[in-house]
Amino acid sequence: MEIIRGAGPGEGHGDFRAKQMRARDMLRGDLDGPELEEYVEQRVLTTTLERALNWARSNSLFPMTFGLACCAIEMMAIVGARVDIARFGFEALRASPRQADLIILSGRVSIKMAPIIRRLYDQMLEPKWAISMGACCSSMGVFNNYALTPADKFMPIDVHVPGCPPRPEALMHGVLRLRDMIQDHEQEGWRDRYGARGTEEVVPPSEREVEMLRQATQHSEAEKGPRIG
Amino acid sequence: MPDAPGLELIAQDLRQADAESVVDTVYFRDRATLVVAAPTIRAALGHLRDKGYGALMSVHGVDYWPEEPRFSVLYELLDMREVDRITVKVRVPGDDPIVPSVTPEWPTADFQEREVYDMFGVLFTDHPDLRRILMPEDYEGHPQRRDFPVGGEPVHFTANEHDTPRYWE
Repeated sequence: MEIIRGAGPGEGHGDFRAKQMRARDMLRGDLDGPELEEYVEQRVLTTTLERALNWARSNSLFPMTFGLACCAIEMMAIVGARVDIARFGFEALRASPRQADLIILSGRVSIKMAPIIRRLYDQMLEPKWAISMGACCSSMGVFNNYALTPADKFMPIDVHVPGCPPRPEALMHGVLRLRDMIQDHEQEGWRDRYGARGTEEVVPPSEREVEMLRQATQHSEAEKGPRIG
Repeated sequence: MPDAPGLELIAQDLRQADAESVVDTVYFRDRATLVVAAPTIRAALGHLRDKGYGALMSVHGVDYWPEEPRFSVLYELLDMREVDRITVKVRVPGDDPIVPSVTPEWPTADFQEREVYDMFGVLFTDHPDLRRILMPEDYEGHPQRRDFPVGGEPVHFTANEHDTPRYWE
């Protein structure tokens, strides 16, 4: 769904005044019959709620302020004036994973950093997406050695942007491909997108926690007093 | 830098204090190196500190595999008044890489000895807190050893992914 602004066919500058007058007539209730039909056809766009939601979401991604290595310098450049992601509504970089819905892995991921990144990704709220930027976190690039791990090993990646480092334009292209992806697919959590249902690791509560929970419930029940009915 | 005779004088002083101390002296490209027996390293560094080499600038390891003795630990000392440097070197065998820690006398050696331990597996006795510093704590092996596999990931491209079906598993 592409929105093109500007003058359509038969929408000259002088036509604007006529449209204003017609809008006034409509509000007064003076329009009816074929004129009203035409008016509605020109101004109303029908779509599904889901598509409208996707359209809104895909044009207001909140990337996380998160840099790993040299690619982060290029990532910072897309916020600047030359490749301005504010044009697409992505300029609100959030410092907290709770407020972000896009994480850009910009640089090499060391084995020591991987659990931290995974935790940040898990802390982000659905729907969420991930871009792996540069050769290092896709295939480990020139740093293919004992200390690193590719990002696909521990988290789902939606878009890989190749390059060492990718130019800001390339990352911009990746972000726009992600935007297309969000618009074309119905919204699902990453576990549905990548068939990862049933792989959740849930730590069961300890006996002490169960006991504390039980006591807390009893306490609040007693405060409420006897149930009526 | 002490010149070549100056290095020999220092070595002679150390030998007078402890005949077992200095194993060898190397003077190469204006760099003076004392090769010291591992058990006497603390006394040797203490002696050099009394001579004015008061700053321990660096501690690092080398793996000479397959040569024996395999590992060496190097201590770079600096005389801050004369701006004079000397390198002290300890060689230890590969199957028993144990060096006395100099951390009690030189606190700056703490993290650097941990790094040598992390990367080469050289054990420092009397170190207050000898654990890995760079690699994850559950990492196996010492990655800077020369017989450590280069490792990393075999890189798959669309050109060769058919040769290894289900390579992602």
